[in-house]
Amino acid sequence: MKYMMLVCYDPGLEPTDDGPTIDEWLAEVEGKRLDGSELMSVRDATTVRTRGHEVLLTDGPFAETRELIAGYDVIDCTDLDEAIQIASRHPCARFGAIEIRPFPKD
Amino acid sequence: MTADAEITAVFRDERGRIVATLIRMTGDWDLAEECVQDAFAQALEKWPRDGVPRRPGAWLTTAARNRALDRLRRSAVEATKLREVAGLLGPDDEDYDDSGIADDLLRLVFTCCHPALTMEARVALTLRTITGLTTAEIARAFLVPEATMAKRLVRAKRKIANAHIPYRVPPAHLLPERTNSVLGVLYLLFSEGYAATAGADLVRQSLSAEAIRLARTLVELMPDEPEAVGLLALMLLHDSRREARVDADGELVPLEEQDRSRWSAARIDEGVALLDGALRRSRPGPYQVQAAIAACHSTAAGAEETDWAEIALLYGQLVRFTPSPVVELNRAVAVAMADGLEAGLALVDDLARRGVLEGYHLLPATRASLLRRLGRDAEAAEAYRAALELAPTDVERRYLAKQLEETAG
Repeated sequence: MKYMMLVCYDPGLEPTDDGPTIDEWLAEVEGKRLDGSELMSVRDATTVRTRGHEVLLTDGPFAETRELIAGYDVIDCTDLDEAIQIASRHPCARFGAIEIRPFPKD
Repeated sequence: MTADAEITAVFRDERGRIVATLIRMTGDWDLAEECVQDAFAQALEKWPRDGVPRRPGAWLTTAARNRALDRLRRSAVEATKLREVAGLLGPDDEDYDDSGIADDLLRLVFTCCHPALTMEARVALTLRTITGLTTAEIARAFLVPEATMAKRLVRAKRKIANAHIPYRVPPAHLLPERTNSVLGVLYLLFSEGYAATAGADLVRQSLSAEAIRLARTLVELMPDEPEAVGLLALMLLHDSRREARVDADGELVPLEEQDRSRWSAARIDEGVALLDGALRRSRPGPYQVQAAIAACHSTAAGAEETDWAEIALLYGQLVRFTPSPVVELNRAVAVAMADGLEAGLALVDDLARRGVLEGYHLLPATRASLLRRLGRDAEAAEAYRAALELAPTDVERRYLAKQLEETAG
């Protein structure tokens, strides 16, 4: 079962160091993490909408929320319980939030 | 028993188990429910004619499984899935093996109560799949339109399938947390039914009976879980007062004024015995503590004879398990009875100062009651007025209005 982990956090909050570091987490999920990366700041984001023949651009993210997508990971694991377990160990889960979205089954 | 009565009884007792087994076999919740429904329809047709089978549950499971096989065959499901379903049960009732069937029900309970579902969805799913209430009945019980409830159920089942929520009893490291979620769902069900007054829809009132039945099943399935036993005891002890807590006009009667001869002795005895058994395991938890508090009330001859010091102590323990200002408020009431009204009032005033119960009608209501007993009628009346504005139900508003009238004279 493949899941997308959208890693979000509120940039105003300080990271905590009372759990695994990102390197420790990466070691833990070896073999289950298919892909993933940090992303550049939303300040560098461009949102694209095509309406009719017009391409509309917005400087910034598509949703104005305090919590911003800071990165993503694609994991392949048994079920939602394992995905929750993996996400709960991610350093950003301690001060931000991680949204787990299943990929459609083929 | 007539065949019809037998079918009703089997439906009540076995339906959840059979649905649970069919879900495991087919992995399809809707198909499982429909096939079990069909199996019961077959029973209604055949049993009155051919007699009730020796093992009705096994007969129904086999009938439902065959129905599922039929339907899968017709929808041309891939051969492996078909073999899987076919292989999961023997060819007829005689080969039927019911070891592991109990586990199916537990799997279903844990999946319905998975914390990745909203509390509302957990409750609805539990009622629909395990107790077999119809969507219309559940909607009525929770006072929402049927379409809303139907949507809620569809969404929950879809999430279980799409997000791949596992159909299993959680492994040991997840079990305590997941068991809490199951107990929470059952207690919410019970409380919804218990809060329903005499005039409310019967389906709504029946929620507590369903919750007690589910808790009994859970205790049977998890005999080593003292909190499950504690929850069952708590429900029984509360339920013992069902008749006495409203008067002939449907008005609320507070605990201390209830006619204790109308409390159900059978419920109290069973609740106390269960609680004693649970406490002997020395693994206390919030439900056992709440049951112990309920037992203090249930076993006292009257409000005066109640062991309020013990109750205050138990509320102190409960605050440690589940820190909550509502629990602290209850503790304040017990302290007022054990150590004097002034001591209780000081705790209530402290809660009011902290602002943690802003908008909760029982804070001013409790204050009012203590002030009144202290003879501070003007302040009491003022507090009753504040409570009256916040009270959520008619029954409570009428009760508070009556108190206010007596206080303000």
